[in-house]
Order: sequence, then C-alpha cells, then structure tokens
Amino acid sequence: MPKKQFKVVFNRERCKGCELCKSFCPKKLIEMDTQVNARGYCPAMMTDQTQCIGCQSCALVCPDGAIAIYEEE
Amino acid sequence: MKPVFEYTKGMTDAITSYCPGCTHGVAHRLIMETLDEMGLLGKAIGVAPIGCSVVAHQFMNVDMCESAHGRSPAIASGIRRVHPDKVVFTYQGDGDLASIGMGEIMHAAARGEKFSTFFINNCIYGMTGGQMAPTTLIGQRSTTSVDGRTREQAGMPLKMCEILSTLDGPSYIERVALDSPAHIRAAKKAVRKAIEYQLAGKGFTFVEFLSICPTNWGLTPPKAMEWLRENMIPYYPLGVYKDEEAQDNGDK
Ligand SMILES: Cc1ncc(C[n+]2csc(CCOP(=O)(O)OP(=O)(O)O)c2C)c(N)n1
Ligand code: SF4
Ligand code: SF4
Ligand code: SF4
Ligand SMILES: [Mg+2]
Repeated sequence: MPKKQFKVVFNRERCKGCELCKSFCPKKLIEMDTQVNARGYCPAMMTDQTQCIGCQSCALVCPDGAIAIYEEE
Repeated sequence: MKPVFEYTKGMTDAITSYCPGCTHGVAHRLIMETLDEMGLLGKAIGVAPIGCSVVAHQFMNVDMCESAHGRSPAIASGIRRVHPDKVVFTYQGDGDLASIGMGEIMHAAARGEKFSTFFINNCIYGMTGGQMAPTTLIGQRSTTSVDGRTREQAGMPLKMCEILSTLDGPSYIERVALDSPAHIRAAKKAVRKAIEYQLAGKGFTFVEFLSICPTNWGLTPPKAMEWLRENMIPYYPLGVYKDEEAQDNGDK
C-alpha cells in the first residue's frame, strides 16, 4: 500500500497564534507566519506537507477550530 | 480529499472571545463534537456560567440559558425536570462552581439530578483578572495570593471530584486533563460517558477538566500545558471517581 498523504489546512483568520499546534506536532512541521492576520496574530502554517503522518495532534489541541485535516485519495 | 478532522458543526462559526491557547475552546469543542456525533444537537440545552465562558452560548450551537453566578445547577435541575426528554448540561468554571456555587452543585448532585456538569478547573478566577479560587494550588501566585497560596491562610485547594463522590446522587464522576492530545482524546470519552448515563436516566454526571489559563498564570500556552501536567495532575489525580454501572456489575 502506498504511504498515506495528508493535507493540513489552517484557517488563517481563526488562528490566534497560540503555538499549541506547533509545540505538539511530533514531526515539527508547523511554524508561525511572520505576516499577521486581520486580528493581529501570527498564524500557524505548514512547512512540509508531505511529512505529515495525519496524527491529528495539532487539531486536537487547537482551541480555535483553525485546523482541518484531509487524506489525499 | 477525505476529511479526517474538521471543526464540528456543534460550534457556531463565531471566533471565540477566549485568549490565545485557552483550553475553554478545547472543552467546548469536545462537548459539542460529542453531542453532534450522538445526534443530540437539537435535543440539548446548556446552561452557561459567569466567568470567561459567560459567552459560551454564542459559541455552542445548541439551545442555551444563562445563569447567575454559580446557580446553573439549580437552573439545570429545573430544565431537566420539566423536559425529561432533553439532554441538559451545565458548563462551569472553578470560581463559579466551587466558591459561590458550592451550595447549588452539592445539592443538585446529592439529589441525583439527571443532568451533566462540565467543570473547567483552571485554578483561578480567569474573567476577573486572576484572583485566588478554592482550587488555586498551594504556592500558586494570584492577585489575591501574591506570595503564593498558603495552607495557613486559605486552607487546602478543594478537590471537587473527591468531594462529590462521597454523595449518593451522582452516577458518574471523572477527572480528565486537556494538556496533551492523548488526554484530550480521553477527555472526549468521559464526556460521552456522562451524556450516555444521562440518556439512560441515571443520576447526576460530572466531568472535571484540568484546564489552562495562560493569561492569568503569566505563561505561554505551551508552558501552561507543562505547568498543568507538573503541578495540577499530581494534586488532582485523573481518573474515574464514581461509576454506578461498574459498581452495579461489581455487586453481582
Ligand atoms: C454575584 C457575583 N459575584 C462576583 C462576580 C464577579 N465574578 C465574575 S466571574 C468570577 C469568577 C470566575 O472564575 P471561574 O468560575 O473560575 O471562571 P474562569 O473565568 O476562570 O473560566 C467572579 C468572581 C459576579 N459576576 N457576580
Ligand atoms: S497531523 Fe500530526 S504530523 Fe501532521 S501536522 Fe498535525 S501534528 Fe503534525
Ligand atoms: S493551535 Fe490553533 S489557534 Fe493555536 S496556533 Fe495552532 S492553529 Fe492557531
Ligand atoms: S482569562 Fe484565562 S480562562 Fe479566561 S479566556 Fe483568558 S486564558 Fe481563558
Ligand atoms: Mg477558573
């Protein structure tokens, strides 16, 4: 079976830049943008989508519903 | 693309008023995801507290009622008795539930009122700027314990799961934590159990969430998660404090 591919999508405007997703990603794939969103927060973003294992840790700890995860078919 | 995780429709689209990293948002989501997955969004009635989550009714996509400070167990008792077909819950902070509302929660639990309480213990009065709560830990600084809480001055922090589990009325009591993905998964199972017991007509159910208040603790959200793990969990042990079903099975 080919390796599963996941796509993590951040909602820039919902994100409050708390860095919880970043601190819990076991693959260290999440960084904070230096450009702020409309509310003045530096939102989270993916560095290397292809390394994501789809563990959902980021989405589970996100208090703001800013993360969605999809599996590529 | 197949969705693996999406924001639950149990929450409204509104961006919450909570501080960055505040686990009120996680607790809200777990309760609402559970109600959605159980098909109960149209059947649930929540009672919001006084505290930072005074505005929970703007974020939880179910019928909600506001209560005076600490009084939501009394309101929920009335709603559930008048509407036995509904799923009723209160959502309360530690100041709301364990200080001003101590009488209401004790008596609702003692009566075995058939609603569920979700108790957010962040060891502080968050909304009002970080005063000491009955749950503030020994040594913990707050605006009313500037050198840290002492036993001599304020007594020991109240352990609500342990206290409530001495009563006959509750059917399920569990303490969970929101400090890691694994604990968050476990917390959701506790929410489900509480709702299932309510649907089965058993007595009062109670889930305590150890939660963070990065703003008033003066820590970044990731550091606050560590503080919770290192300080709160040793004093407030996680686990099931009462389970009527397990007891019944044990008696047979
Ligand atoms: C009758 C009354 N007394 C006091 C207050 C002030 N007050 C508002 S919220 C609060 C404590 C909230 O703490 P908690 O329940 O722990 O909620 P948190 O904000 O930490 O989630 C207090 C004392 C009030 N609103 N009404
Ligand atoms: S799903 Fe897991 S591996 Fe992928 S970004 Fe989120 S935390 Fe990292
Ligand atoms: S956990 Fe959520 S709100 Fe916090 S930085 Fe990550 S995406 Fe943004
Ligand atoms: S003050 Fe504390 S409890 Fe209130 S929203 Fe901010 S972090 Fe959350
Ligand atoms: Mg509190």
